[in-house]
Amino acid sequence: MPVTLTVNGKSMTVDVPAEMPLLWVLRDVLNLHGTKYGCGTGQCGACTVHLRGRAVRSCQTPVSNAAGAQVVTIEGLSPDGSHPLQKAWMELDVPECGYCQAGQIMAAASLLALRPNPTDADIDTAMNTNLCRCGTYIRIRQGIHQAVKSVAAATPTTEESK
Amino acid sequence: MSTLTLPRVDRRSFLKVSALAGGGFMLATYLDPLDVFAQGRGGNQPPLDPNAFITIDSNGIATIIAKNPEIGQGVKVMLPMLIAEELDIEWANVRIEQGDLNPAKYGAQSAGGSTATPNNWVPMRQMGGAARAMLIAAAAEAWGVPASEITTTPGRLVHAGSNRSAGYGQFASAAARIAPPALDTLTLKDPSRYHIIGKPLPGVDNFKIVTGQPLFGSDITLPGMLHAVYQRCPVIGGKALSANLDAIKAMPGVRHAFIIPDGHGANSMSGVAIVADSWWYAENARKKLEVNWDYGITASDSSTAFSARAVELSKEAPHSTARTDGDPDAALAAAAKVLEAHYEYPFLAHAPMEPPNATAVFRDGKLEVWAGTQQPGGVVGIMAKALGITPADVTVHLPRMGGSFGRRLYNDYVVEAAVIAKTVGVPVQLRWSREDEMRQEIFRPAGYHFLKGGLDASGSLVAWRNHFVSFSVAGAPTTNAQGQPIAPAAAGSSALGATEFPARFIPNFATHVSLMPLGVVTGAHRAPGACAISFVMQSFLDELAHAAGKDPVQFRLDLLTRTPLTPQGLDAARATGVMKAVAEKSGWGTRTLPAGTGMGVAFHFSHRGYVAEVAEVTVDANKRVRVNKVWVASDVGRQIINPLNAESQIHSSVMDGMSQLMLEITVEGGRITQANYDSYPVLRMRQAPPAIESHWVLSDNDPTGLGEPPLPPILPAITNAIFAATGERVRSLPLSKHGFSWR
Repeated sequence: MPVTLTVNGKSMTVDVPAEMPLLWVLRDVLNLHGTKYGCGTGQCGACTVHLRGRAVRSCQTPVSNAAGAQVVTIEGLSPDGSHPLQKAWMELDVPECGYCQAGQIMAAASLLALRPNPTDADIDTAMNTNLCRCGTYIRIRQGIHQAVKSVAAATPTTEESK
Repeated sequence: MSTLTLPRVDRRSFLKVSALAGGGFMLATYLDPLDVFAQGRGGNQPPLDPNAFITIDSNGIATIIAKNPEIGQGVKVMLPMLIAEELDIEWANVRIEQGDLNPAKYGAQSAGGSTATPNNWVPMRQMGGAARAMLIAAAAEAWGVPASEITTTPGRLVHAGSNRSAGYGQFASAAARIAPPALDTLTLKDPSRYHIIGKPLPGVDNFKIVTGQPLFGSDITLPGMLHAVYQRCPVIGGKALSANLDAIKAMPGVRHAFIIPDGHGANSMSGVAIVADSWWYAENARKKLEVNWDYGITASDSSTAFSARAVELSKEAPHSTARTDGDPDAALAAAAKVLEAHYEYPFLAHAPMEPPNATAVFRDGKLEVWAGTQQPGGVVGIMAKALGITPADVTVHLPRMGGSFGRRLYNDYVVEAAVIAKTVGVPVQLRWSREDEMRQEIFRPAGYHFLKGGLDASGSLVAWRNHFVSFSVAGAPTTNAQGQPIAPAAAGSSALGATEFPARFIPNFATHVSLMPLGVVTGAHRAPGACAISFVMQSFLDELAHAAGKDPVQFRLDLLTRTPLTPQGLDAARATGVMKAVAEKSGWGTRTLPAGTGMGVAFHFSHRGYVAEVAEVTVDANKRVRVNKVWVASDVGRQIINPLNAESQIHSSVMDGMSQLMLEITVEGGRITQANYDSYPVLRMRQAPPAIESHWVLSDNDPTGLGEPPLPPILPAITNAIFAATGERVRSLPLSKHGFSWR
């Protein structure tokens, strides 16, 4: 079934079964490998992308649900790795193995879109469904706070929408 | 005296042993590669050439090869830091590339046993120093001055006498033609002049990670590549006899479906391969797969039965004795107070975020593989044999791994990918599902300890007896080639070392061992051995301290002041150092804690590292546990090479150990009960401690690794803290068995 969706600003049409998860369309059809497979059951968050501006588990999202919609993956979060979260992640050296971090950053970006200045409790709640086997949780918290600070320092008004 | 002398195994014989062991998956568990690494026996490198590691372009940019596989331990930064320091170049002018597998060029290439630092601390600095010496020699020749008069500032050659200087780039080509100096003639830098070692440097792949660029093994794409799943027998080690292959081949997107009747070494096993245009097509087709299996000997494995049998065995005469000092039975009979306790811990899976995968292409009699593996050298000969080619026809690339924790020391999935690639004739990526990963693990073995400890009237620990019930390999040969009976082979990573603390520090001491046959495959798990043993030893010591009416820190320090009975084993001064440091930094014994809050302490020596930890926990009325803070004091030598990554390893070890407190793998009828993160709940953000303090005790020893030593003590530090907070002593894991949960 041909499905047209917009991925990172580009309109794309894929001819795949309607129930094929968005994760595998991204990875095996569109060759976008930033979004990771971790559990296939929506429990680890490694496959987190933005669909219509909200964080979703792409392994649990049939591609038909994305028809006509805007999808943003880690590759499209910023043109050049300059999103405040990406910069904070690099500065604080958040990644250990790094495999879950695309999902962590996409989940954190969604959190910041909803709550631009989250508390630790907000972070714990929003990020609790994203697993990190290396246990980088302390630096993920720090990274989110640092991103908030850098945005506040750079722009006295609101963050420019991506 | 029962000093254990370990045979020296050089690299060549290690490979030979691996290849021999690859004859069958059961046999492969005889040798635990990480245990070999842990003993520091992986060594003996061929002569190394600086030109293999370092390329300097005409602009003075140095490209340094990172030779070891990266699993998140930070070695891709750490090893090049050592080279760059002695090369004497600005870190900003260093580019890092991952080396392919090429032991002739790079020496040993592996990840495991926290060995990269101790094994490479000298040789990698010598590599950099040799390259610097070659640059100096080239400049000396060109300038017509003695090399001894040339010095360097980062990236520049300087001859003060003639007021000449030049960037490294100017002499890079000439230097490459200079004969490398003998490495042992080089004078390495005084640490006071370090400008890279000791600096906090972030990971070199961070930009790729945060922007989602291809980096990991499962990100590899080759032209015309197909995707494979591989269904093994749900009863581990069973064999596929027949399957509905025609029906599977008719499923959407499926190109091939076939049975691989037998394993080909390195723990690879029989199964059914489904190869399709997308991994999802293959995985979807698998749901319709019907296989007739021969379940084999593992079908009788049962966690419940093992626990019950262990209790029975504990009441019988032990099968063997690993260590005896004095007369423990007599000393226990004479003791003023005797404590008796039964400790046990479960099987565990590694569950790295990136499930095992490998990409392979077999073309014109040559095999090319991209595989995240901790032990790439060990798999080359096994794959060559499986495919009927020579090792020289095998190329292995080493992509970054999405975690490993010991799982990828075992190359089963790599061998399976190679066999599938040869069968289908086009590039194939084999990716295990999460369920495959969890159910076809190389498990951390469970263990059962039946302990007795004796205190004299003054509360001094005078006797210790442990009957350790562990596993042998089911179905392993019971006789040798000459037909003589041999002792049962211990299951992988299941041994309890004869020098494990408090051995050597108690006058009447015995470790007895009995073994139960086990079909499922076991092996190394981050801090192998220690990750399980520490919980038992440091918990029972805590029980004894409380029984003696002594402070748990002081009780341990008192033990460490005794003269060791045998020389080999932990260094009491270093253990004392980290214990005192963690007590001081945590305010041990000086703070008044609210009801329901307690502090626990533990230390462990493993993989050459000394780490003591204090955990402060609060337990509510519903037995919900919050770890408020953890203090970690580590002695891994005089130099922390990369403080930023060192702290990461501390965080990671604490979090990993906390996961282990709540996790278990159970086997019933040879099948693994757990399948995914819902039934195997690794630690999540909300459960993570808000703060972990890392402190370094810098002793005058060469630096050693940090990937493992900080893990073992966190388990007993937390269970001892739970005791302090609640009075409930945890003697078996996971904590959830006793009604505890994270907050």
